Amino acid sequence: MSTTTTPAPTPARRGRRRLDASLIVGIALIGVIVIGAILVASVGRNFFSAGNIRDILTGMSVLGFVAIGQTFVILCASLDLSVPYVVSLSSLIAADLMAGNPANIPIAVLAVLAFAVIVGLANGLIVSKLRVNGFIATLGTGLIIKGYLDTNYKGTSGLVPPEFQYIGATGVGPVPISTIIMLAVAVVAAFYLARTRTGNHMFAVGGNEQVARLSGIRTARPLIVAHVLCSVTAALAGLLLASRLGVGSPTVGTQGGYDLLSIAAVVLGGTLLMGGRGSIWGTIGGVAIFAVVDNVMSVMQVNPFLKDVVRGIVIVAAVAVYTARVTERRRPRFTASGATDASGGGIARGEGPGGGNAGVGTTAVERSQEEQS
Amino acid sequence: MSAVTSESPTFGRRLAGFARVLISPRGAVFLLLIVLLVAITVLNPSFADPSQLIRFVQRVAPVAIVAIGQYFVIVGGEFDLSMGSVVTAQVVIAGNLIGQNDANSIPVLLFMLAFGAFIGLVNGLIVSFLKVPSFIVTLGMMLALLGATLYWTGGAATGNPADSFRQIGRGGIRDLPVIDILPWSVVILVVVLAVAVWFARRPFGRTIIALGDNPTAARFSGTRSWWVKTSTFIISSLSATVAGVLLVGYAGVHPSVGRGYEFTAITAVVLGGVVLGGGRGWVVAAAAGAFALEALFTLLNFAGVPSTYRDAVQGAIIILAVAYAATTFRARRRGRALETSPVASTGAKGPDPNPDPAHPAPNPSTQRADNETKGGS
Repeated sequence: MSTTTTPAPTPARRGRRRLDASLIVGIALIGVIVIGAILVASVGRNFFSAGNIRDILTGMSVLGFVAIGQTFVILCASLDLSVPYVVSLSSLIAADLMAGNPANIPIAVLAVLAFAVIVGLANGLIVSKLRVNGFIATLGTGLIIKGYLDTNYKGTSGLVPPEFQYIGATGVGPVPISTIIMLAVAVVAAFYLARTRTGNHMFAVGGNEQVARLSGIRTARPLIVAHVLCSVTAALAGLLLASRLGVGSPTVGTQGGYDLLSIAAVVLGGTLLMGGRGSIWGTIGGVAIFAVVDNVMSVMQVNPFLKDVVRGIVIVAAVAVYTARVTERRRPRFTASGATDASGGGIARGEGPGGGNAGVGTTAVERSQEEQS
Repeated sequence: MSAVTSESPTFGRRLAGFARVLISPRGAVFLLLIVLLVAITVLNPSFADPSQLIRFVQRVAPVAIVAIGQYFVIVGGEFDLSMGSVVTAQVVIAGNLIGQNDANSIPVLLFMLAFGAFIGLVNGLIVSFLKVPSFIVTLGMMLALLGATLYWTGGAATGNPADSFRQIGRGGIRDLPVIDILPWSVVILVVVLAVAVWFARRPFGRTIIALGDNPTAARFSGTRSWWVKTSTFIISSLSATVAGVLLVGYAGVHPSVGRGYEFTAITAVVLGGVVLGGGRGWVVAAAAGAFALEALFTLLNFAGVPSTYRDAVQGAIIILAVAYAATTFRARRRGRALETSPVASTGAKGPDPNPDPAHPAPNPSTQRADNETKGGS
């Protein structure tokens, strides 16, 4: 790819590109906070009061967990629609196994994680080995788990001991423990993406699977790992919800709408739905935007149905503002070093003359071969 | 593809060709449908009764119509998640605006169609011009529309349209010889399907497929991408509107009518062998996917499977069906890819999705080598 002979993008473009994904999300977040603060102030409340910040951070934590996992999956150009059911069943498994006894906490947590790994493995294997589109595969596994939930649970079940409930209930100053854990997971996830081999391979596989394979990457592994990590973070969200509710609930995941909202948060955070570009911190920013918008609406006592309207508009508007800047030039991922000046991939999208040759049925591989020759 | 069989010279080859189509991922949905229908009939012989069958078709009609609409969006390379909310909104609009006054039916029906087209237009324009992924646009539309509908009704079931309007969904031509009653929904389904097949074969319909297959190539060959893309969303919203009209009669007015239709429709379309990501698929197969899905539910009912397991079985079936299609594509490609793939894939595969009847054998879908990159979103 690096041998492409097309002219480099103009310096002006380069310069604008430096305004990278996470930064734009950060600016959007600040904008939302400012508007929110003004709106909240207009009804005579203080947006920056400790209680309110605590509410926002609490609202971030559950969706944050799910969205971190979803980021991995979307980076690999897949999707995970099974998360709400994983969340629900995790909360139930945890609450049932704990049964009010603190001694059972480790076992319950391990069992939940094991369950999540199994679901994630199943998703990952179906997507990578059976070649089922991620949307369909995870819709299917989600439905299977839903069938199990509906059949075996009629309502809330189990009991979470108070020791475990503290995780959801306590905090350091205005910052809840759950949010701290979520941010810690985000740090680990960001490190994983940036510094490990599999993490880097996720970008490669998501960007262009054929090219990744021709470059000698085992394309299945990053995909499977991403799905496993996604299920695990969803399970963490389930544990957190169990700790907050004190019981397990079969509907807690679907009520939260975590599948679509997490995808929306990830895309809001600047991750391309087509995979290959994005960041964990962008996702956290997206989640924060959601949390702030939700919080402002609850403070202003907006009708719950209107909340959905606003949410929908915010999602589309925010992503529109964002994509207006980014879509034109998509591929370059490792911008700083010249090692992988991946702009060749962008050419196939019509940026340069290379895209013109791509015939109707020309595959990505052929395209890349053309470019190399 | 019936053309595949009709043009072949001998009966034996015809049969072989037919069998091949049935086994191919593109025809598999018909095979699945036949198997399911036979299984239902075995469990419950009265199902084969013409009047029962026509009732079954009536029940499937809304889902099938939504699936047909979704087909155009998906084959054009996008998603429409807002269909379920459009159905809900239309049902509630019909319930509230028509009331018990027959004279309102026609104006309100026209308003509903305009409203549906408007929703599709908004979706399409945002996708085309603001470059927001359709998944996100229609997700936002889904939330916003459902929220607005519930806000309007206060979250409760309200309104009850005039009976004459509800007849569209529940009534029909009575006192026919064999089938006893020919429900209007069946007639509408047939009309919609016929129009859809006709439309898909028109240059415009083929442009949609070309756009879904390779947007860059479509743009270079002079397609007005934005209008083609927008029109697919208009089509899907209109089809959701028609489904809503049928559902008003069939299921009544309730804000939960239509919920989950978007996923059902996508499932049906994918069952029909249409590839998510666009560029490949047949609209009749998409409708057949809806029938197969509903037949599956009927079968589970008759088989006495607890209704709570319906979802689980549905999930398993979708995965298996798509996995079957995907692995078959892959296996075939392996067979010939090394020597002929580049020529075959650049040469034969064009905006024309349907093979020339004179060249019956290869399924155009199998000539593409980039199955695996088409998937992401």
